Amino acid sequence: MSRKTLIPIGPYHPLQEEPELFKLYCDGEIVKDIKWETGYNHRGIEKLSESKTYEQVFFLVERICGICSTSHPFAFANAVEEIADIEITNRTKYIRSIIGELERIHSHLLWVGLAGHFLGYNTVFMWAWKYREPVLDLFEMISGNRNSYAMFKVGGIRRDIEETKIPVINKILDDLQKKIDLLTGAVMDDPVIHARTKGVGILTKQDIIDYGAVGPTARASGVAIDVRKDDPYAAYPLVNWKVITAEAGDVFAKAEVRLLEIYESISIIRQCLEGLRKEPAGDISVKVNEIPEGIGNGRAEAPRGEVFHFVLSDGSNSPARHKIRAPSYVNIATFKKSCIGQTIADATISLAAVDPCYCCTERMAAAYDVSSGEKIMNAFELINKSLNRTKELKETIKGRL
Amino acid sequence: MNTAVTIENFKEKFDSDIIEVIIRNPKRIIVTINPEAIIPVAEFLYRKEGYRFIIASALHTKKGFEIHYHFSKDNIGLILNIHVVLDKENPQVESLSNIFNASNWIEREMHELIGINFLNHPNQEKLISEGNWAEGVYPLRKEFK
Repeated sequence: MSRKTLIPIGPYHPLQEEPELFKLYCDGEIVKDIKWETGYNHRGIEKLSESKTYEQVFFLVERICGICSTSHPFAFANAVEEIADIEITNRTKYIRSIIGELERIHSHLLWVGLAGHFLGYNTVFMWAWKYREPVLDLFEMISGNRNSYAMFKVGGIRRDIEETKIPVINKILDDLQKKIDLLTGAVMDDPVIHARTKGVGILTKQDIIDYGAVGPTARASGVAIDVRKDDPYAAYPLVNWKVITAEAGDVFAKAEVRLLEIYESISIIRQCLEGLRKEPAGDISVKVNEIPEGIGNGRAEAPRGEVFHFVLSDGSNSPARHKIRAPSYVNIATFKKSCIGQTIADATISLAAVDPCYCCTERMAAAYDVSSGEKIMNAFELINKSLNRTKELKETIKGRL
Repeated sequence: MNTAVTIENFKEKFDSDIIEVIIRNPKRIIVTINPEAIIPVAEFLYRKEGYRFIIASALHTKKGFEIHYHFSKDNIGLILNIHVVLDKENPQVESLSNIFNASNWIEREMHELIGINFLNHPNQEKLISEGNWAEGVYPLRKEFK
């Protein structure tokens, strides 16, 4: 006789910035249904934004997400500049894109690290986070902050990148590229990682379209959408780069897309730095008089996908309505497709694969029997389930080699 | 296909339901329609024209309750806002969640935060404040301080 088991994931863990509770209903090892509760950390930012001036809203939206903290100001700036028909300078465009791409690099490295840790590859975790450090140092050099850079304002940016810093940035990017080669090789060629992630958590093209998923989650299923290409903003139309896609739609494809995107980001930054040399130094903002009445739809491609900001202006100095949609809002809903029918050990990496800013295993607290409420497993046993799966695979694959 | 073609197709099909068309630029269009036509409009955009549903924004303004449904035509970078104005006293409109899943969460959120009722929604439960917020108090309405 089978017991229906409820496994709660969440809601709180220090690793994750967005508390959410996922309830996996399992029959034995297999996930049969999934339900979620969100809103533990609902801060009312949309309402708060209506009480702030346009200048202040930048600092507010920067705090929506700690990892992709520049993508929200980016989309908000695009929305407000659309309302007021502001044409920003080329230097601003280049610097905005540099910040956006550096953020993508550090965010993707963070994900690779967490995914590695979850699969039982703690070396990948240590490596990825070690190589992420110089990127954060770059942020500190450019903006003064490792996170929450406060670079954006309406019509421009707050700090310039001086000529003397360009060689330093190039040097760090050169070093980084070598490290990424190493990391990509280690991840892409490992037979155990292949066995753990290929064919797991598959999202088909139709699932992506139905749920409106965006970013690497969509691109890994062969849906080539990228705001930077489709609706170009900042310096993206001025440089050469390509949209990375994969067809399989499984966890491996998502990892592949993210790792290869890091190379594109490095290439974009190099071209932007070249572009900066041609633009007059200090030309980083335009004068903004007032924001007229109107509607602005701003979007930007964050590391996790399209960020969308809708701003309604009534001609005053603060937004009359400000709607924000982060990419995880649409990506998380796809769990209903990717997790059902998987084993518990695979469901957790499927949850982590859309990069909802946390490592799922860590959120598991305990497993309970639905009918009696009796506790069956604790968190460590659950994590060990995933680690043991990797260990078993390693043994079998070693036997074959 | 470009913006002019897609918008002409749209105008031709829903001529009687269109109240106003504002073309700000080739990538940003706002079309105000009769709320009763939202289901055929969404079906036409999603199934025939290949639009992606981004999100919907609910507003509480002097006119009453308004919703902007944001659709994206990715291959031409177009954002098409389908705008509807709802009743002041009893705001309600048909749910789009039976056409695509992308609108499921946002309709629940709009129901919870601004009090718009979505007819035939598969599961209009609270999304954000499960069980710890007063009934009938809507924080995104203008009277809420």
